[in-house]
Amino acid sequence: MLSEVEIEEINQELAGVPVKEAAGIEALKIIQRHRGWVSDESLRDVAAYLQMAPEELDSVATFYNLIFRQPVGRHIILLCDSISCWVMGYEQLSSQLRQKLGIGFGQTTADGCFTLLPNPCLGTCDHAPALMIDNDLYRDVSPEMLDEILGKYK
Amino acid sequence: MKPLTGHIKADGTPLTLAEYEQLGGYQALRKALRMSPQEVTTEVKNSNLKGRGGAGFNTGMKWSFVPMDDPSAEKYLICNADEMEPGTFKDRWLLEGNPHQLLEGMLIAAYAIQASEGYVFLRYAYKTAAKGIRVALAEAERAGYLGSNILGSGFSLRMHLHTGVGRYMCGEETALLNSLEGKRATPRAKPPFPQVSGLFGKPTIVNNVETFSCVPHIISNGAAWFQSLSKNPQDGGTKIYGVSGKVNRPGAWELPMGITLRELIEEHAGGMRSGYRFRGALPGGASTDFLVEEHLDVPMDYGSVAAAGSRLGTGTVVVLDDRTCPVGFVHNLEHFFAQESCGWCTPCREGLPWTEKILRALENGEGRENDLDLLAMHAQALGPGKTFCALAPGAMEPLQSALNYFRKDFEQHIHEKKCPYGHTLH
Repeated sequence: MLSEVEIEEINQELAGVPVKEAAGIEALKIIQRHRGWVSDESLRDVAAYLQMAPEELDSVATFYNLIFRQPVGRHIILLCDSISCWVMGYEQLSSQLRQKLGIGFGQTTADGCFTLLPNPCLGTCDHAPALMIDNDLYRDVSPEMLDEILGKYK
Repeated sequence: MKPLTGHIKADGTPLTLAEYEQLGGYQALRKALRMSPQEVTTEVKNSNLKGRGGAGFNTGMKWSFVPMDDPSAEKYLICNADEMEPGTFKDRWLLEGNPHQLLEGMLIAAYAIQASEGYVFLRYAYKTAAKGIRVALAEAERAGYLGSNILGSGFSLRMHLHTGVGRYMCGEETALLNSLEGKRATPRAKPPFPQVSGLFGKPTIVNNVETFSCVPHIISNGAAWFQSLSKNPQDGGTKIYGVSGKVNRPGAWELPMGITLRELIEEHAGGMRSGYRFRGALPGGASTDFLVEEHLDVPMDYGSVAAAGSRLGTGTVVVLDDRTCPVGFVHNLEHFFAQESCGWCTPCREGLPWTEKILRALENGEGRENDLDLLAMHAQALGPGKTFCALAPGAMEPLQSALNYFRKDFEQHIHEKKCPYGHTLH
């Protein structure tokens, strides 16, 4: 069931669009902000509220890589794997990070703290390699910096 | 002269409205509102401002395709701030440092096409920019630059910030429109072009951040002045160039349009790092053909880079050095494109993963004799005109040029059954 707050926020989005389905992505973002991810049940509830077929909304939800259709950890790590970062040491950074976390891409640590995801270009190529944790951007990252960076979120 | 970035603070924090106004901000809007929409479009057209998102189409010309016969018809104006071209980081600088300059450019453009709704489509990762734009929108609204009857002119514009949830495809103009409509970001057939039938079927103009940021300066100082900023009057203005890779000072700089690749790499980026030699470069992001040593003196404007067999694209250069494997480099690019293909049309959906697999096999010493022919076949089959949008043709640009300039490297991988640079992919 959608909460009152969620419904209110979705209504605000609906006010600005000519057709209900146009608010679909915003509604999914709202659910994700409140619940961390979009479960099958949440998806059905949003679809019903927007008068869409759940499959149709799911086709939208699964298109966008930053709408999470699986549970995620408390913090999301986006590691840039695009060309400038690759040239500047992505592979070493990536293997060190996976080793430290004990997980691969798309997985969540056992304590539920981190989910690790590869991400195309973060747009900070003059300070490669780069990663983001939640809203925080880290630039010119070397493997030696990882302990300190990760420590801030534990 | 650096009209777009000269005023951006060294710490990169956004100029406040008061600071922007003190530098003459929103005077161009006042001037534009005293002109006719047609005069604004003509001034921008005459300035030879070309779209800075990568396609390089004359901006004023694009605006002139919007049907203006029905003044009550709803129209949309969109800023493409989805900067996701790998190797590109120029719009971030403008978005974070001077959001009011962007808004003023958008306001003037909206007035020129008489749009009533504006959107900034901002990529997910630009969190700092999102904060700055929200503040700037509120400031502009309070000051009467946005909203109803702007500065008493009778012109009204509402502006929204949309933050994305990933996918490179959102940067493609028509896919962006689908995304704003709540759909999967797949491209639309053209024609009709968005200028005629865009967002929700209404006439729509989509321009890049840097493009809009040029507009206030063109209106304030005139088309001739804007052309004079460039070394090549055909391509007006300054350009924000960037360099990343194994150079001494990676970064972005606002420079006269048409400086050479050599000046950019040697002077501005401080040359190659010690122990590394220049092998080649993508002049304007992941989807541009390599330029090599013989092209170092090519002026970095749209026409000259095209004559050298590539595209200026976004103007942000990614350097390939002599210790990085070109096959691995291109594999990284094709991995990106294969992942980001929206799956809408077959050549792209099927061809890009195939390309990636061949490159992976080559890099891991499992390449076969006919692999290079297969790659060349893909470069043809996924080329311009064979797919729905520009993603796959863009993906083929670095591949086809790498096969041309670095062919020996590819052959060595096959004959030695390993990567000569000692690189493997897992």
